[in-house]
Amino acid sequence: MTEWFEQPAIDQSRADQNFPNEITEKSWGETLRSCIQCGNCTGTCPLSDIMDYGPRRIIAMIRAGFRDEVLKSNTPWICASCYECTVECPKEIKITDVMYALKQRALEAGTVPAGNYNPVLAKEFFNLVMKRGRNNEVFLMMFTVLKTNWFKGLDLAPVGIKLLAQGRMPIFEAGIQMGTGKKGDLKKILDACEVCEN
Amino acid sequence: MYEKEIGMTTPELKPNGEKSRIGVYICHCGTNIAKTVDVEALREFAEKLPDVVAARTYKFVCSDPGQKMIRDDIQDPDLKVNRVVFVGCTPRLHEMTFRKVISEAGLNEYYLQVANIREHVSWVTPDKEEGTEKAKALLAGAVRRVHEHEALEQRRVPVNPDVLIVGGGIAGITAALTIADAGKKVYLVEREPSIGGYMAKFDKTFPTLDCSACILTPKMSSVKSHPNITLWAYSEVAEVDGYVGNFKIKIRRKPRYVDEDTCAGCYDCVEACVFKKPKFPDEFEVGMGLRKPIYIPFPQATPLKAVIDPNTCLQLTTGKCKQSCAEVCSKNSINFDQVEEIKEIEVGTVILATGFKAFDPVRSPEYGYGKYDNVYTSVEVERLCNAAGPTGGNVVLRDGTTPKSIAIVHCVGSRDKKTNAWCSRACCMYSLKLAHLVKERTDGEVFNFYIDMRTPGKSYEEFYDKILDEGVHFIRGRAAEVRNWALDEAEEGKLVVRAEDSMMGVVRRIPVDMVILSVGLEPHEDANEVARMFNMSCGTEGWFTERHPKLAPVHTFTDGVFIAGACQGPKDIPDSVSQAGAAASEVLALIDKGYIELEPNTAFIDEDKCSGCHTCIALCPYTAISFNEEKGKAEINEALCKGCGTCVAACPAGAAQQHHFTDDQIYEEIEGVLEYV
Amino acid sequence: MEGTDMKYIYYPGCSASGTGRGYEESTLPVFEELGIEMVTLEDWNCCGATAYMSVDEAKAFALSARNLALAEDQFPDMDEVHIVAPCAACYLGLLKAKKYIDTDPKIGGTIRKALQSAELDYTGRAKVRHPLDVLVNDYGLDKLKEKVKRPLTGLKVAAYYGCQIVRPYSDFDEGHDPQTMDQVLEVLGVEAIEWPHKTRCCGGAQTWSSDPFLELVWIILKDAIGSGGDAVATACPMCQFNLECFQNKIRAKFDYQKKIPVVYFTQLMGLALGIDANKLGMNRLFERLELPASV
Repeated sequence: MTEWFEQPAIDQSRADQNFPNEITEKSWGETLRSCIQCGNCTGTCPLSDIMDYGPRRIIAMIRAGFRDEVLKSNTPWICASCYECTVECPKEIKITDVMYALKQRALEAGTVPAGNYNPVLAKEFFNLVMKRGRNNEVFLMMFTVLKTNWFKGLDLAPVGIKLLAQGRMPIFEAGIQMGTGKKGDLKKILDACEVCEN
Repeated sequence: MYEKEIGMTTPELKPNGEKSRIGVYICHCGTNIAKTVDVEALREFAEKLPDVVAARTYKFVCSDPGQKMIRDDIQDPDLKVNRVVFVGCTPRLHEMTFRKVISEAGLNEYYLQVANIREHVSWVTPDKEEGTEKAKALLAGAVRRVHEHEALEQRRVPVNPDVLIVGGGIAGITAALTIADAGKKVYLVEREPSIGGYMAKFDKTFPTLDCSACILTPKMSSVKSHPNITLWAYSEVAEVDGYVGNFKIKIRRKPRYVDEDTCAGCYDCVEACVFKKPKFPDEFEVGMGLRKPIYIPFPQATPLKAVIDPNTCLQLTTGKCKQSCAEVCSKNSINFDQVEEIKEIEVGTVILATGFKAFDPVRSPEYGYGKYDNVYTSVEVERLCNAAGPTGGNVVLRDGTTPKSIAIVHCVGSRDKKTNAWCSRACCMYSLKLAHLVKERTDGEVFNFYIDMRTPGKSYEEFYDKILDEGVHFIRGRAAEVRNWALDEAEEGKLVVRAEDSMMGVVRRIPVDMVILSVGLEPHEDANEVARMFNMSCGTEGWFTERHPKLAPVHTFTDGVFIAGACQGPKDIPDSVSQAGAAASEVLALIDKGYIELEPNTAFIDEDKCSGCHTCIALCPYTAISFNEEKGKAEINEALCKGCGTCVAACPAGAAQQHHFTDDQIYEEIEGVLEYV
Repeated sequence: MEGTDMKYIYYPGCSASGTGRGYEESTLPVFEELGIEMVTLEDWNCCGATAYMSVDEAKAFALSARNLALAEDQFPDMDEVHIVAPCAACYLGLLKAKKYIDTDPKIGGTIRKALQSAELDYTGRAKVRHPLDVLVNDYGLDKLKEKVKRPLTGLKVAAYYGCQIVRPYSDFDEGHDPQTMDQVLEVLGVEAIEWPHKTRCCGGAQTWSSDPFLELVWIILKDAIGSGGDAVATACPMCQFNLECFQNKIRAKFDYQKKIPVVYFTQLMGLALGIDANKLGMNRLFERLELPASV
């Protein structure tokens, strides 16, 4: 399989020079360009060996403007937000926050890696909270599995059954009122974010 | 012999009553100024100002033709320019240039005023209109001020030819020898019981792999025997007074409890000490070996004298010891009643060569220093490699076995905002050196974990090539962690270094027996205190501040005080030696000239106005003001006065005034600016 | 900070009624037994955990911040409103929102405006605390020791902190070798063992999804057992779930036959304070904890 970087020469016209600015514009992203590519992040990340590209390479790719490749990779979706990279980075780059930003943009662009549950899980989580103000682990897992791979449901069933038997399945737990329009209405606050950001 | 001159004057210099004929010279500075200031409009504006007889612009006024332009105007029989205003870059750059120009043309050099329209206008706004308006105001201020300038003369103060050098590492030693060889008297003060610094600890030096002691000890020996060098080891600077050419300095000589004059360095006392075995961490061995309370730092210590540690010596801590050291000493050199001695010296110049401190990797807990037995610092491993060290030159682990795999971790405490953000410059090279030495002694597999390989010197890249050739493994990736847990059998009982091999693009776990941390260089903890004593400053990173990083790396902002070596910034031995030579030559130049010229912008007291209230006396940071009891007035010592203006601002009667910054001059400048703002 | 006179606000989080039930079931009775007053935040909403931030940054901060604003609104007389969030993800979610709103004028401005549109506001009075922080720094280990009725002598436990309560914003313990949980366990009579993975990630919300993540869990478990642990104590429902619920799979994949119970540190506290195990949710564990005879 030929990877995109094994082409004889990288087509520079694919590079979007504005892509790194999307990160550096944010207050937590200002230090991105200080990266010296030391690889400490990839070295300390417990999951980097199963990522398409470790965090160091992702930052190099962001700086070079290769938006597509970055947003199509599974890297942000493997990231578990353990913050080791952020804590150890000698240039104080907030790498975990960069990963979140990549997740947001990948979902927006619809370019998520196939077969990875986490983009679906994130979306279902978001929808559940929009509807009921709180997460429900049962529905979250159910919807995620239904929308990706039913066989995974079979794989998880033994654990699920045991949890049910132990009373750790919150099937009937209520959420909170959304969209009352009254004081403290969560829906109002979330909707207001889009307006207030501009 | 030099003569001491102390000036106490209350001069009556006033503008000499002649009509001002002002020449205004506006610089384009290429496009630096001309891009954001309409210099032609400025020139037209200047022409119309009262008493301006010439207004010119030129691309680079500081160049030869530019300077000639000014000289010609001064000497022109019709123009007779007698006041000059230079409108251009900062006075810090070219005030001296133009002062020299007008002086050569026959005008007193203080009839110059500089209006800065580069750093203060052109470099702070992109708006041409705005810029030109501000430039006009500054120009007008300068023109009105220069009206009020007085003719002033610099004072000459003789330079004491004796020199103080603080710090006896390779930089201090080199400077001392150079200056002493030139026939001048040098005091070399060193805090540790012996000179030699870090270089005395090393085994070999890069890139030649010269034996460090072999090239250093002859110099140490020369220092000891040089008739012009007074070596005071185990001593510190206690107090500094005075000014360039005339420093009065107190040196604190710490008590060795051994008479330095009679001690023969024969080691009998050390052998005889009631502590049969060495028990206390040996500072010279950086904790890798032990010493007794009475010790000689190392066999080539200079001076080769015993010293007693008051914190561990039984006699000095409890008063109860049979004092076998004193018994056995054939020269009766042991003296438990010795106290510290303050020596007062007078020197004309000082060189600070106090060196650096190695980073303590306890501050980087991810590497397990202090947690795991076999994690070492590079300095500790130097002692292992050194044949005179605690293991006789064998690279062995704590349990005495020879490691078969060794990791060398670069950039520990360097290039890291969590600890020190700078690159320590010497560590890549010494890491390569250690890789070579360790591989030679153990025949093991050596892994260097680096971010960039920095080989910035002559023959350094060749050295890197040599190490590559020897089969040392290089992994480009900052070591993320050193841990002792195993993922598989091969890792059991080992230290595992995890890093991304960014060249191959994979994460690697390398099990090793020994980890060497290449620690960075940092300023000494008391660098700030030392700087303050000498009226110097430290930069944000903590190193001593040089006057200009490119063009004046050994000068400080305090005349007569120079810096050399790692105390100015991390560097290797060749660069330290170079700076030592540079500082020595600056010192010798001053001594050779024989005098210092002091700027005349000093304060003076108008006796008619002084009421003797004493306010100024306590305020002077340079203790330049004293009270004349007979006259009942304050008096300023011009030689000590630095022209800071504090007394001038504080004097309630307006009696304290400052040359070149009189009230009239300042008010005129303000009026000039405000008129056009 | 003087101990028990202060009233704390309890923020349960969504797992407290689900997979993390044992955490709430042990934390509440333990705090009650110690005399630490906690009042549940009314109308609390999800903190967003890690998943919500993957979708929208501003909304994620607002989601967390609403809880801070509610706390300030419900307790207008308190100078400082201390919210206790036992779940590590909730703790970090609320704390991160607070930090960013406090220090970033742009984010702070947006979020506060959003809150104000629903007549709420965050002014900085709300503080985010973890139970370990409260126990060690407010209540005090000495006081805790006095309350221990049944020292758990002979029980060896690997204190597992996970990621989010020790980094990157935690101000009550540090990330390389944290001590608060060990200190609490020691006071209970437990031997908090030395082991290498106190803060190594368990995989968080991804571990359920595919096999490669199981290695993370296996590493933690094998060395907890290898270092002599009888049990692992956790402070996060996600960690507890990950470490506990996949032990069968791990045995199969890594050919590793040992197993180890994974409990909440508050459950151990409850036992030491003399509360019945079933009242601490310990019947809900996959692997029951067998106490040594010396207890």
